Amino acid sequence: MAHNISATGDTTYTLSLQQKLATLLGFAGLFILALATFNMSFPNKTFWLTLSLGAICTGIVWFGVNQYQNKTAGIKNDGIQFKSLTSRGFLAWMLGIFLTGLYIVLYFYPQYLGLTAQGESNTGLVALFDPLSKLLSGNPASQWFVYGTFYTIAVVFFGIKFIYKYRHNHYQRLRTFSVMFFQLGFAFLIPEFMSRLNSDTFSLPYYDLKNIWPLNHYNFEQYRVDEFISAGNIGIALLIFGVASIFIITPILTYKYGKRWYCSWVCGCGGLAETAGDSFRHLSDKRLVAWKIERWVVHSVVVFVVVMTTAVIYSYLGDASKGYWLTRNTFLIGVAVLLTSVFAGVMIFKRNEFKKDAKYGAMGYLAIILVLIGLHYFQGSQLFLFETETLRSTYGFLIGSIFAGVIGTGFYPIFGNRVWCRMGCPMAAILGFQQRLFSKFRITTNGGQCISCGNCSTYCEMGIDVRAYAQKGENIIRSSCVGCGICAAVCPRGVLKLENDSMKGRINPNEILLGNDVDLMKLVNEK
Amino acid sequence: MEHIAIIGNGIAGVTAARHIRKLSDKKITIISGETDHFFSRTALMYIYMGHMKYEHTKPYEDWFWEKNRIELKKAWVSKVTPEENKLTFATGETMHYDQLIIATGSKPNKFGWPGQDLKGVQGLYSKQDLDLLEENAPNNKICKRAVIVGGGLIGIELAEMLSTRKIPVTFLVREKDFWGNVLPEPNAKLINNHIKEHHIDLRLGVNLKEILSDANGRARAVIISETGEEIPCDLVGLTAGVNPNIDFLKDSGIELGRGVKVNRFLETNFENVFALGDCAEHQEPTGERRSVEAVWYTGRMMGEVVAQTICGNKTAYKPGHWFNSAKFFDIEYQTYGWVFPQPREGENHFHWQHPDGKKCITINFNSQSRKFLGINTFGIRMRHEVFDRWLSEERTFDEVLENLEQAHFDPEFYKRYEKDIKQKYKTEHKINA
Ligand SMILES: Cc1cc2nc3c(=O)[nH]c(=O)nc-3n(C[C@H](O)[C@H](O)[C@H](O)COP(=O)(O)OP(=O)(O)OC[C@H]3O[C@@H](n4cnc5c(N)ncnc54)[C@H](O)[C@@H]3O)c2cc1C
Ligand code: SF4
Ligand code: SF4
Repeated sequence: MAHNISATGDTTYTLSLQQKLATLLGFAGLFILALATFNMSFPNKTFWLTLSLGAICTGIVWFGVNQYQNKTAGIKNDGIQFKSLTSRGFLAWMLGIFLTGLYIVLYFYPQYLGLTAQGESNTGLVALFDPLSKLLSGNPASQWFVYGTFYTIAVVFFGIKFIYKYRHNHYQRLRTFSVMFFQLGFAFLIPEFMSRLNSDTFSLPYYDLKNIWPLNHYNFEQYRVDEFISAGNIGIALLIFGVASIFIITPILTYKYGKRWYCSWVCGCGGLAETAGDSFRHLSDKRLVAWKIERWVVHSVVVFVVVMTTAVIYSYLGDASKGYWLTRNTFLIGVAVLLTSVFAGVMIFKRNEFKKDAKYGAMGYLAIILVLIGLHYFQGSQLFLFETETLRSTYGFLIGSIFAGVIGTGFYPIFGNRVWCRMGCPMAAILGFQQRLFSKFRITTNGGQCISCGNCSTYCEMGIDVRAYAQKGENIIRSSCVGCGICAAVCPRGVLKLENDSMKGRINPNEILLGNDVDLMKLVNEK
Repeated sequence: MEHIAIIGNGIAGVTAARHIRKLSDKKITIISGETDHFFSRTALMYIYMGHMKYEHTKPYEDWFWEKNRIELKKAWVSKVTPEENKLTFATGETMHYDQLIIATGSKPNKFGWPGQDLKGVQGLYSKQDLDLLEENAPNNKICKRAVIVGGGLIGIELAEMLSTRKIPVTFLVREKDFWGNVLPEPNAKLINNHIKEHHIDLRLGVNLKEILSDANGRARAVIISETGEEIPCDLVGLTAGVNPNIDFLKDSGIELGRGVKVNRFLETNFENVFALGDCAEHQEPTGERRSVEAVWYTGRMMGEVVAQTICGNKTAYKPGHWFNSAKFFDIEYQTYGWVFPQPREGENHFHWQHPDGKKCITINFNSQSRKFLGINTFGIRMRHEVFDRWLSEERTFDEVLENLEQAHFDPEFYKRYEKDIKQKYKTEHKINA
């Protein structure tokens, strides 16, 4: 079927006048930033920065709201598969290349943005952001501050658009308020304010409190731990919070609500994906092979991040002069005991659910244990042949920069908005593991109402073939499900409901669905 | 090896094939002239609206068929010769079978209107119809107005589809309310209003008289019987229901009525020929069910049943309690049990509607025994499992109303209406809480 829209002069899905004006406004804002990037110096930075950001924010909201304001509240994905930007057309590639380029400059060539050596004053784009940065933290801006500002603007203002688009859906509205709040408060403002507390004698590491290990794989680096410790009570409290969030807070919340409490309500990566990335969610790959790749890649990342963090901590422990009470061997044994008890617990209590994946689980477990033994054997800052610090920086580079940024976000318009969350995020993998085995969360399927239309699978940003379960009347319990609730929102027959309920009967593989002859259902579902 | 041939790759035929494969090693061939692979007909509208691509509507990936050793043949069957266990294709080719499953679905009704075969006049059933629609009504330049004839489920879907391309729509409905032969009046009125809210020119209680042609044999206007009004248009959508697609069986000796006549085992008058899905006509329908059931899940259930029979566990088709669902623009509709447009003798309707005019429920119950008979719900999702159980347990209306919370299925954090609903009943009946 040919959808040659331009050839037939079709105006169905072109922009409205207001949308054109909104685009113009947004681009005007970007233009100011471009001028700054090319070192045009603005006399009154505060004014021009405000003007530019104001234009961008207004442009986004105006454009987004105009798209839905003449339509009744409801699911309005009209034309998504035809529009160039949202169907991997020319505009999508342009945007993808532009974003990717931006990430490359940001990570590897910040000098082009005007970042200068320590002590010198900024130029270009970074300098334009100095007034805002000084207002918040008292320090001049850095490329990361510029990035953080854009990121927050994207989450908040595309968030407003999202909320308007789903104005009939309270679940969507609430969780979007939540990610907007966490991005603006926890990721952006609080760390900036925290750095105001720093002085010559007191310094806290930059800490986005909602960023939990292994997402912030650097949290337990020596310099950070030292800073935490030397910052006295506040520092120790933060350090304890960092550890508690992994071992106590996260498991409890995931048990009660599934991993969505983090991935769709708190996380910044998730926040960007759900707001700015919303128009690209249907681009996720739903094929079975994509699922296979996903599981290999994401679990390898987990194994790697565990090994790496252990090695990094190990490498600076046991040095009495540093005053860590934890010694190297206690630490290694501690890690081994913890992993062994998790693995043994799963094998004993969840054998059935875990059946198919037991082999891979065992492999991952074994790999980590071997490395621990290796660490013990080499006793040094080397892990086999690698310097642990090299390991960490490689991880930071490959996973943190290339995967999460360049591919994960830069390629939103090509691969969809959650590639990173699905394929690369170790946090998501660990939460997902728990979600599958020890959580009350599931997506319930409404008896025999599914008509196999495919809306749910199409709009699942994690590439889960929701329909495959729904049409069998089976609940959806997938480790990768971030609980965004969009499948339930787009389903035209009210088939899906995200809920937390008892663990019993959570998994219900059916051969024959409700509505059929009761005897037949019993007969077939028995075996 | 026994060869099972299945004509039709819709939900009925495909479900039969899948379950036969699960239960046996027989050779299976699915034949269809429509598409290479099974797709979800119910999702046709979403392709036109740009919510999904055709690829998304396929419930199984293309490798699925080979992996499960289900052979696919794309061809039209023009003749069945049951005495010789033989199929003849439009190409002249033939195929032998041991057992035959006929699952050929439906085709749109045409009631002999003058002009019904003109260019620009079409139904909406098949993938081909969708492609044709893309030609007839790609946008509002080529199609300046569309007229839809027939106020049922497909008609309203077509209206929604066209309106997403900003094509003005006139919607002719024979009954005095939309889907008035199925929905109780307050329900139907709610949908009437919702249709108008979408700027559809809804004409109630009118019939199509004829479709006028231009010089090139294309539809240019329709005339309404009641008023004689002429409405210029470029597309006429015929959506006045469907009927079994069985013309090619006319001289086969297989017994036909409105559809292929089957008994409770889905057997035809030939021992090794079965019929299911939309094209089957049940000689002994279950309960209040119709003899021809043209809905998705019944096709699926018949497929499950026939697979048992073919694999040696002879099983009758005994569907459980009636249920169904649809969506009218933004308003979702679900029904469990039976709610008729007019309460029948000894029945009573309790009706509740939200002031926003987008949510309502109607409960049907026996006025004497107060037995709960069925519920229609609009704009509020309810739990199939719970209603199925209540119907089996023959709960009373009062028990259902009292425990309505248990059937709640709306997403989390949605506003709840159970209290309002109960209050309405109490006020109506002056019960002091
Ligand atoms: C637009 C639309 C929306 C719908 N929405 C809903 C809904 O929301 N809920 C619901 O319950 N139902 C809905 N239905 C009805 C539902 O789709 C049908 O009940 C169901 O698809 C019937 O399935 P089937 O397998 O019996 O036949 P079909 O799906 O019609 O499959 C029959 C196949 O056989 C092929 N065939 C026919 N004759 C021959 C031949 N001689 N040779 C070769 N091949 C042949 C046909 O081309 C077709 O591919 C909808 C129908 C339409 C058209
Ligand atoms: S669950 Fe809903 S959206 Fe998904 S295939 Fe079924 S009916 Fe369609
Ligand atoms: S399955 Fe549903 S809730 Fe889970 S990630 Fe996919 S769309 Fe979101």
